[in-house]
Amino acid sequence: MTLYAFYFISFLAVLSALMVVFSRNPIHSVLYLVITFFCVACHYLLLNAQFLAAVHVIVYAGAIMVLFLYVIMLLNLNKDDESQKSNLWKAGAVITSGLLLVVFVGALRGAEAESVSFASSNNTGLVKNLGRLLFNEFLLPFEIVSILLLAAMVGAVMLGKTHMKRAKEIAHEKNGRGSVASARGIGNIKELTK
Amino acid sequence: MSEVLTFKLILVFSIFGVTLLIAMYSTYLERKVAAFIQDRVGPDRAGPFGLLQPLADGVKMFMKEEIIPNVSNKFLFIVGPCVAMLTAIMAGVVIPWGGTLTINGTQYNLQIADLNIGILYIFGVVSIGVYGIMIGGWASNNKFSLLGAIRASAQMISYELAMGLSIIALIMITGTLSLQEIAAQQGGGVGSDWNMWNIVYQPIGFMIFIICAFAECNRMPFDLPETETELVGGYHTEYSSMKLGFYLFAEYINMFTSSAVMATLYFGGYNIPFINDLGLDPNVATILGTVFFFMKIGFFIFFFMWIRWTLPRFRYDQLMNLGWKILIPLAIANVAVTGLVMILMD
Repeated sequence: MTLYAFYFISFLAVLSALMVVFSRNPIHSVLYLVITFFCVACHYLLLNAQFLAAVHVIVYAGAIMVLFLYVIMLLNLNKDDESQKSNLWKAGAVITSGLLLVVFVGALRGAEAESVSFASSNNTGLVKNLGRLLFNEFLLPFEIVSILLLAAMVGAVMLGKTHMKRAKEIAHEKNGRGSVASARGIGNIKELTK
Repeated sequence: MSEVLTFKLILVFSIFGVTLLIAMYSTYLERKVAAFIQDRVGPDRAGPFGLLQPLADGVKMFMKEEIIPNVSNKFLFIVGPCVAMLTAIMAGVVIPWGGTLTINGTQYNLQIADLNIGILYIFGVVSIGVYGIMIGGWASNNKFSLLGAIRASAQMISYELAMGLSIIALIMITGTLSLQEIAAQQGGGVGSDWNMWNIVYQPIGFMIFIICAFAECNRMPFDLPETETELVGGYHTEYSSMKLGFYLFAEYINMFTSSAVMATLYFGGYNIPFINDLGLDPNVATILGTVFFFMKIGFFIFFFMWIRWTLPRFRYDQLMNLGWKILIPLAIANVAVTGLVMILMD
């Protein structure tokens, strides 16, 4: 039963992953990628890692892909204004991704299948065990990853801030005094509506 | 084994039916509450007190001409409302609708599936729900629909963060993600197992959660994806017939589910205070508990409608300011204070 489920989900995952690459419409690509993420979450479920599956769906399918879709909808990409890449670029892309595939295959060939035992404990993926592992054995890497995320967040805020400042300056140069007055007006409205 | 399976099957179908029934009568209730607040009569033509109005509306929805715009993406246009409806119904699986019934010595749990990640499951389903709106809005190929879809996605992601953070403090207190256990922890009578509802320990968390629930359900005052004064009909401008009905229905089902989640997390779920001291038969107590649970849900649904006809709609920048600058810092502060109090209490 589990084996058949595994084959079915794997087939679906590979198929949708291929469709991500082959579909012409970027929105369709994103939706296929969402299906791929679902299949990966199902694989986690088969390994009895419920927490990981739920978080995978919430973070990847629920948040990151929604943002992708959001950006693509705003940009409104379609076939007509998609920039055509030259053959040199295409060849380069094929070679680099082929090399990556070779690296993956090599790494998988070297791995020993026996070293991972799933049957020994069925509860490894449950929240309590995962939490214990994360906050005892792997506390330092966990904290370092959170600092990395914080750095990315601060960077995004910094970029947004300079952009906002520049936009305000441009508006000021364009409109002169009027913009100051209107800005004050907006401030007053904001205070009133608080 | 087969008896338990049969029971689960009956439970699945009855919850499916009850969900649809309550969503159906929410439309009636919404109009009646609006009428009450605005000092009108409301629908009273179909049946006694207008009670057959939802049926009439349903028939109308099915009978109307179905229009699929020529320039739309036809497949995704149909998928949109399906996803919205599917995810809305899926969330009811992990909610504990009552305690345990004992029939012929076998114990039956009034919950379809007791996942140990119950809350996360609901969050996952809710986060998928936005695809219904986004796909439908984009596939319509209409600028108002697209604007509605974009607003919906930005709003949902922003408020999901605050919602998740408000839940963290609650999980710290209860120490479990399973909704069944959270509900069971809040039960008890006078004496040794005296337990308060979680609202007593987490009032700020509940406030943040209910505000976010309004935003997640696209209800007033946060119904910006479908503002009729700005975007015609928002993401469902191009929809007609039962596809439009699905979107509207999904909204009411979401409202029902979030009411159930709020009642479970903060208001004791199926527990009635002091019920154990009355010395009732366990089965009777369980059924009373389920009735009480639905009364709590009914109150929250009424609350949703009450707010709708009381508060004006937020402007979009106000919505974002509230979400990012007020609710998220408040939720983080709530987590920190809860942790501090827990350490001091130990």
